[in-house]
Amino acid sequence: MSIQDLFVILPTLVVVVWALALLLVDAWIPKERKSLTAWLSAAGLALALGLALAQRGLSPLMAFQDMVVRDGFAVFLEIVFLSSGLVAIALAFDYLRRLRIEHGEYYPLLMISVAGMMLMAQANDLLIVFLALEMLSLPLYILTGIARPRLDSEEAALKYFLLGTFSSAFLLYGVALIFGATANTSLPGIVEAMAGVSATVPLFVAGATLLLVGFAFKVAAVPFHMWSPDVYQGAPSPVTGFMSVGVKAAGLAALLRVFLVAFPSLAAQLSPLVAALAVLSMVVGNLLAMAQTNMKRLLAYAGVASAGYLLMAFVPYGQGKMAGESVSAMLFYLVAYALTSFGAWAVVVALEQSEGRGLEIEEYAGLGFRYPWLAVPLVIFLLSYTGVPLTLGFWGKFYLFRVAVEGGYIGLALVGVLTSLFSAYYSLRVILRLYAVGTPQVQGQRWLTLLAVLLAILVVGLSFLPGPLLQAMGQAVLALP
Amino acid sequence: MTITYYLALSVILFALGAVGVLVRRNAIVIFMSLELMFNAANLVFVAYAAYYQLINSQLFVFFVMTVAAAEVAVGLALMVAIFRTKHSIDVDQMSALKG
Repeated sequence: MSIQDLFVILPTLVVVVWALALLLVDAWIPKERKSLTAWLSAAGLALALGLALAQRGLSPLMAFQDMVVRDGFAVFLEIVFLSSGLVAIALAFDYLRRLRIEHGEYYPLLMISVAGMMLMAQANDLLIVFLALEMLSLPLYILTGIARPRLDSEEAALKYFLLGTFSSAFLLYGVALIFGATANTSLPGIVEAMAGVSATVPLFVAGATLLLVGFAFKVAAVPFHMWSPDVYQGAPSPVTGFMSVGVKAAGLAALLRVFLVAFPSLAAQLSPLVAALAVLSMVVGNLLAMAQTNMKRLLAYAGVASAGYLLMAFVPYGQGKMAGESVSAMLFYLVAYALTSFGAWAVVVALEQSEGRGLEIEEYAGLGFRYPWLAVPLVIFLLSYTGVPLTLGFWGKFYLFRVAVEGGYIGLALVGVLTSLFSAYYSLRVILRLYAVGTPQVQGQRWLTLLAVLLAILVVGLSFLPGPLLQAMGQAVLALP
Repeated sequence: MTITYYLALSVILFALGAVGVLVRRNAIVIFMSLELMFNAANLVFVAYAAYYQLINSQLFVFFVMTVAAAEVAVGLALMVAIFRTKHSIDVDQMSALKG
């Protein structure tokens, strides 16, 4: 290790060191002034974000014996993760005080999780993928349970912990088998070993499949989604909002990097598996979302369905030139999903009352008249989930479907379009409820209303320039082979 | 001994762990089964590192052990917290969340 290496991962390093220092500083901040911790952690993330933005367009840098690589792909995702962290702080800022769960360690833990996600995007070695996965997951287990002694939060934390560790074990065993098959854990090294005759193929395929299972758990794809509705419901809502965007994006980042760099030769064996995951997620996610009465569970299933749409575009990854298009379409949808999901969660957080009230869709009746500034953005976000034109979600799905069709998977794209109709059903159900007659049993919050309106403007505004956005995503993946 | 024996043993350990997670009801026992799965992976790392004569790969095990220790810290803390609230860590009785 040299000083040079530390400069390469500077933004990640800033976040980690800042978080650890903040953990100490927080001990001296009096209990009633914990908002200071929030501002300090936001400052740390903003500093790292500034650094990451300044490093856009640099040539790829390697560090730590090539275990870490920072190319356009990594820097782009770092920007996504850091922005997610900032939005997550904005979501939590007022909520934690309102529900009297304002613990100072909330913010440093959030930052460590963000750092883990950033490391995930930079990983060039399966060992780093595993370590980054744990680094992002462990703080989230704690954050899920931070509303203790509220029982649902504790139960969600334990469930998330047990199932999350279960999936990590699968991933680790996959790494071990791949190491056994190729004598390598570095992604380029694996490709070299596979090109030679030294590798054991059945072991390698088994390892790659286990890795896929591990990632599918993290992005909450069916049939590995069971944890997500329970955890999303039980966790404090701002944590859920962060999880729904950050963990999904991080899992996807690792999936893209590992499969595109290390396993292009396995496309024939793995594509059918990915296709099955995609179809199941789209169908089951949307169908179960229709049956939900709790807003948090509904959004959880909408997230499961989104994972399905994303994986759909990943199916043709092995077809040479399709890889680039597939990645840029997925990154585009990820950004659209991040804005939409954060927006929807901002509305949910704003409306949640103490003791878990204000989360049932029933309780939203009449909201459209009483709090138009929350209801209209929520309508926009729900339409964006469904993929209605004039929202960013439409273009996101459009590009995903285009990749699937161009890759020759028309059936998959058809399933995607049909299941989108299901999602229209539950979106409309919520929207009708918003404008039904009745007095809402919830109260809005000014700070979060502002955030929701801002995100809604982005979701609609950016939908007018999808071309330049997609181009930006295309540049982000140029460094991938 | 050939490498196959080590691999077979680790597969057995991993399967035992996975079955344990799925059928046992006590959160601590589930957690022990998870540790078994991690150690099955460790066995593969060590066995193949010796087989390929790669000294640096033996170090993976230390990373995995460190991560497992961190998980113990978080996991046991969560179990203590939940035990204080409901005096049980039986996962079958965790039914606050449904839908």
